[in-house]
Amino acid sequence: MKVVLKHLTKRFPNRNKKIKTEVVAVSDFDFEIPDGKLIGLLGPSGCGKSTALNMICGLETPTEGRVFFGDEDVTDYPPERRGVGMVFQNYALYPHMTVRQNIIFPLTNLKGADKLTKEQMNERAERVARIVQIEELMERKPGQMSGGQQQRVAIARALVKTPRVLLLDEPLSNLDARLRLQTREEIRKIQKDTGVTTIFVTHDQEEAMSISDLIVVMEKGVMQQIGAPQEVYSDPVNLFVAKFLGTPAINVFKGNVAGEQLYIGGEPVLEVKGARDGDVFVGIRPEGFIPDRNGPFKSKLTGIEVMGRDITVVSEHPEAENPVVRSIISAESRIDTSSETVSFRLRPYKVFLFDAETKERIRFEYAVDADPQEDGGAAEE
Amino acid sequence: MKKNGFKAWLYLLPALIFLAVFMVYPLVDVLIYSMEEGYNSTSQASYGVGLYNFSYVLRDPFFLQALKNTFLMVIITVPISTGLSLLIPLALSSIKPLQNLFQTIYFLPYVTNTLAVGLVFMILFRKTPYSDGMVNRLIMFFGGRSVDFIEGPYWAKMFVFCFYIIWVVMPFKILILTSALASVNPMYYKAAKVDGTPKWRVFTKITLPMISPMIFYLVITGFIGAFKAYSDSVALFGVDLNAQGMNTLVGYVYDMLYGARGGYPSYASAAALILFAIVFTITCVNLIISRKKVVY
Repeated sequence: MKVVLKHLTKRFPNRNKKIKTEVVAVSDFDFEIPDGKLIGLLGPSGCGKSTALNMICGLETPTEGRVFFGDEDVTDYPPERRGVGMVFQNYALYPHMTVRQNIIFPLTNLKGADKLTKEQMNERAERVARIVQIEELMERKPGQMSGGQQQRVAIARALVKTPRVLLLDEPLSNLDARLRLQTREEIRKIQKDTGVTTIFVTHDQEEAMSISDLIVVMEKGVMQQIGAPQEVYSDPVNLFVAKFLGTPAINVFKGNVAGEQLYIGGEPVLEVKGARDGDVFVGIRPEGFIPDRNGPFKSKLTGIEVMGRDITVVSEHPEAENPVVRSIISAESRIDTSSETVSFRLRPYKVFLFDAETKERIRFEYAVDADPQEDGGAAEE
Repeated sequence: MKKNGFKAWLYLLPALIFLAVFMVYPLVDVLIYSMEEGYNSTSQASYGVGLYNFSYVLRDPFFLQALKNTFLMVIITVPISTGLSLLIPLALSSIKPLQNLFQTIYFLPYVTNTLAVGLVFMILFRKTPYSDGMVNRLIMFFGGRSVDFIEGPYWAKMFVFCFYIIWVVMPFKILILTSALASVNPMYYKAAKVDGTPKWRVFTKITLPMISPMIFYLVITGFIGAFKAYSDSVALFGVDLNAQGMNTLVGYVYDMLYGARGGYPSYASAAALILFAIVFTITCVNLIISRKKVVY
């Protein structure tokens, strides 16, 4: 079931009653979520992503705008009529019920023609339990299970009514690092197996990038960019998106363009065809640096972190927003650690220019063959 | 290890001494008193040892009356007061304006003196040659016949007694249940809403089980407290409770010790032990039920 949001907006009255202005949690959401995909709603905490999810779910009514499931306008429907399943951040499993009772609970609320017999309920509970692999835990109580198991029970409960849309609110934030990796793969698998359109909310860009078909990046209630993870990563529309995605984070420098040449700290570092003159922010992905003794970009070497697969060169640059510049280079590269400075050439497609005022992307042209395959490692990206 | 054990006992000693002097000794003493037949407090001597005191108490019509009064009152007041204390916070939570004010008002009886409340009840219910009392006026206004609630028929007195006790015990229960209801994580209600759970089912299947530990706590302490009621009866019916036929078990014990016909510590001790046995049994039954019903 595709989900279409049309000018979806949610404004809350200010919590401090003396202030009359309203807080805009979600502002003019207008996009379409294709059928059967896994979508990550990504943004820093407080950016309104949970509010957006709650409006899709039906727990919050939008101030303006409509929500469509397929061609059906569900804006005025309560959650149970929309056919949504929701997994809450803390799972919200009823602690006094067994796993089986928890999973069956949504079914027991069905009325009229949808009413199921005990056997049918049990059968459906067993079926979803098999999907999330908790068959042997059916008689346990939530308190007797690990976080990962509770998570799966919560997903099973959300799936038992065979929802048209599955919603997950920060599904992994309560799990430890190792379990998080495992569980996100499982969510991906469950989504693939059931084919249900799934929207999940997260503030962890790595999480969103790793399993989503599409990610929606938002900031302060405004949708910034929607696209496939790789596409958003390699082609951010503004500085916020560029900074928000990627670990280690993108390196941002103050610079300026003059005569189709990019200058950082007065040094010409890259030819930027088609870019207009003016002050810019320059974002360079860590993998955008190629070590080159004669390279135009120079910074003060502070250390090298060898990770085995690749090397992180840590250096300092006066024009960098964050004084530490991280560049990832392949393990085969030779870096002269005795030298005070380190020199790089830049990969033009890993360099993004943003307007100093609006922080919007400034595009420039570059020759496709501008990246001689000197280093094997980074080419796999 | 052994040395540590010794030290531990040493640390415990002050508390143990207090417990021994003020709890164990009186308990043992009560037990001894209750077994001594014909004990005379002046001569501090008795005829012998046996269960006569118990059989006397159990055949004493005043004791049986007190037993009946107490049981009736407990059975009526505990469920009603607990039930009402659950309904009031639920109703309160759905009122938004002045919610705090109402909560304060419902808690006020708790800080009010029992005897003062008793006086108010007297004014409300008592019938004197000069006035019928407010409640009787209301009854007459609606075409009924006036009843003397304080010195009239048994059912009328019992009604006032139960009414009064419910009134007195409710504030604390309301306070406890208000906070219990507030401590239920709202995410459960959200989850229930996603599934379109009807309100009544949310209450019975989610809210009630979640606050069941608190409800059982209130039921158990409610039973114990109600069995120990005495001052409430005095506040309403005066000190000569046997004549009024409104004595309670604790009142009987007190009367046996210090009342107009008192001076029998042996009978008082026997009655106290019977009361203890009753309360103990009921608490055990409560705990057994709660093991089965209180789910987490």
